[in-house]
Amino acid sequence: MAKSKKQLEIPSSGAISKTLTGISGLDEITLGGLPSGRPTLICGEAGSGKTLFSIEFIVKGALDYGEPGVFMAFEEKADELKTNVASLGFDLDKLEREKKIRIDYVHIDRSEIEETGEYDLEGLFIRLGYAIDSIGAKRVVLDTIENLFSGLSNEGVLRAEIRRLFQFLKSKGVTAIITGERGEKSLTRQGLEEYVSDCVILLDHRIINQISTRRLRIVKYRGSVHGTNEYPFLIDDEGISVLPVTSLELNKEVSSESLSSGIDALDRMLGNSGFYKGSSILVSGTAGTGKTSISATFANATCLRKEKCLFFAFEESPKQIIRNMRSIGIDLQKHVDKGYLEFYASRPTLYGLEMHLVAIHKAIRRFKPSVVVLDPITNLITIGSVSEVKTMLVRLIDFLQAEQITVMFNALTLNTVINEQTDEGVSSLVDAWLLIRDIENNGERNRGLYIMKSRGMKHSNQIREFVITDNGLDLIDVFLSEDGILTGSAREAKLLLEQTGEVIHAQAVSRKDRELVRKRKVLESKIDGLRSEYESVEEELNKVYVEEALKKQIMGDTLSKMTDLRRTDFGNIQKPSSKKNKK
Amino acid sequence: MSEEQENNRNVGDEEFYSLRLFIAGASPVSTRALVNIKAICDEYLKGRYELNVIDAHQQPLMVRDEDVTALPMLIKKSPSPKKKLIGDCSDKEKVLKGLGLRF
Repeated sequence: MAKSKKQLEIPSSGAISKTLTGISGLDEITLGGLPSGRPTLICGEAGSGKTLFSIEFIVKGALDYGEPGVFMAFEEKADELKTNVASLGFDLDKLEREKKIRIDYVHIDRSEIEETGEYDLEGLFIRLGYAIDSIGAKRVVLDTIENLFSGLSNEGVLRAEIRRLFQFLKSKGVTAIITGERGEKSLTRQGLEEYVSDCVILLDHRIINQISTRRLRIVKYRGSVHGTNEYPFLIDDEGISVLPVTSLELNKEVSSESLSSGIDALDRMLGNSGFYKGSSILVSGTAGTGKTSISATFANATCLRKEKCLFFAFEESPKQIIRNMRSIGIDLQKHVDKGYLEFYASRPTLYGLEMHLVAIHKAIRRFKPSVVVLDPITNLITIGSVSEVKTMLVRLIDFLQAEQITVMFNALTLNTVINEQTDEGVSSLVDAWLLIRDIENNGERNRGLYIMKSRGMKHSNQIREFVITDNGLDLIDVFLSEDGILTGSAREAKLLLEQTGEVIHAQAVSRKDRELVRKRKVLESKIDGLRSEYESVEEELNKVYVEEALKKQIMGDTLSKMTDLRRTDFGNIQKPSSKKNKK
Repeated sequence: MSEEQENNRNVGDEEFYSLRLFIAGASPVSTRALVNIKAICDEYLKGRYELNVIDAHQQPLMVRDEDVTALPMLIKKSPSPKKKLIGDCSDKEKVLKGLGLRF
């Protein structure tokens, strides 16, 4: 394993061969670790974490890279050191028994020592040489060699010997860390940087607004490219983590897969699908507009899909959130129990912005969620300026997108007048922005939800009324009328009014219908009358006609009879028969 | 002066001195230290001292256990207090002070 890691560093570092420290983040900044076979100076003020840095270098070397190490302590006794790092889970005793590390405590007390003439530090060389050879050490730490200056008075000899010591370390081919206390004007009190010229790392511990932030900077690294920024780092129960500031490229993978927001109506507004996976969503609004509820619903939906969600709460405690969400019918506790949901609650003032970022990074790396919620980011502003918060969020979004994690930020808009920008100025960074705004009229306050933007998605331009019910959240179409937008009870009233209107209208219509029917009936009866009249007239007419015909016939008959009578025997039989046929 | 010296001597008179000298091989400064300390001991502690000479290069474990840093180093193991003298013992006054023979 150690070998494969070593091979990895070659292409990244070029000419100089490097040794991985195993300290998370540092190897990224140094592009492969510290220079192999050379001493590196780590300097910083008291309490800046020098000793911890170096012990972690030794322990990680022994455990992860198969490189035994020697820790020469000039400050702390071996026992003290062991106790101090035991809290980080480093069992130095065990490692020492396994001959993976060797701790040597060098104690020089001026009161015990009398200088009687010429001397050198050969004893130290012998000890160091023996310690290195006895376990085949590849790593050496001298912490803090400057203590020699307080124990011995002959500075000339000391300087010459320290120079020789560094030569000795190089000749032994060990990768060494030398720690030094920060001086007033120089990097170290005794000017050790003069002797160590390959790599110098400066640790800093700054307090701004009563909040301390640890930072690390690579002052120089001969023959290697390195990050030049100040990088915040965190010391916690897992040791040191350094945070590389930003990846400079915008070449992240994108996904067109989408995740449901947990609110069906909102998904419909977002082109029927929800948010893109790996996108960043901003939910902003004034106090009490239900931002946390939206986030919790989103978290709930994520957990129901059996995906992991990490909820960073900067305002409320997890228990509070769980209790509050129960009131809208969301049971977050069961997700917590199943391990899909994890809360990470901390007061923003707990530590500096950078530290929050490091802590968030760590938590995300450990839990590997697919959705992250930050509620709210506004509180972070109490510990940093707007621009600082913005840069922090840029870096966070950057990191999350690289990991394909969807993130939802909640931001509080501080003023009631709707500002087009959030106070953190992150609106340009996010992919989707939901704005919840108060709509106040008729002596009540209702919530209206807009989608301000949603990149790469056909989204609704409508304002929806955002309602919080016992069964969760919902969006309702607002009522547009000549009076403007109606929400809440005004909307209900208007709806009621419309319904009444409809009933009345229906009633009116049916009355008219009945009247029509009646009229028709009247008309129909009239038509019947007319028809019968017509029939009687027609009958009358017919009667006249028939009578006429009959009359004619009879007249004809009589006429022919009379003719017959007159003619007597002239074609008697034929004529009456032809007349009969005509009839 | 002689009276004072007499007193000092009386203080350390009954005590037996156990000394250990760490040297680095046969380097000039080591040789010098050995010669100097022998002379001082013979002068002031005749018959009531033992001097162990250890080559640090040969006994690195002992170097570690005795917390030796600078060489040459003379360790006064008894009488107490334990004291370490570093250097080639050319400053006789300081050696005597370190051995508790001068105040």
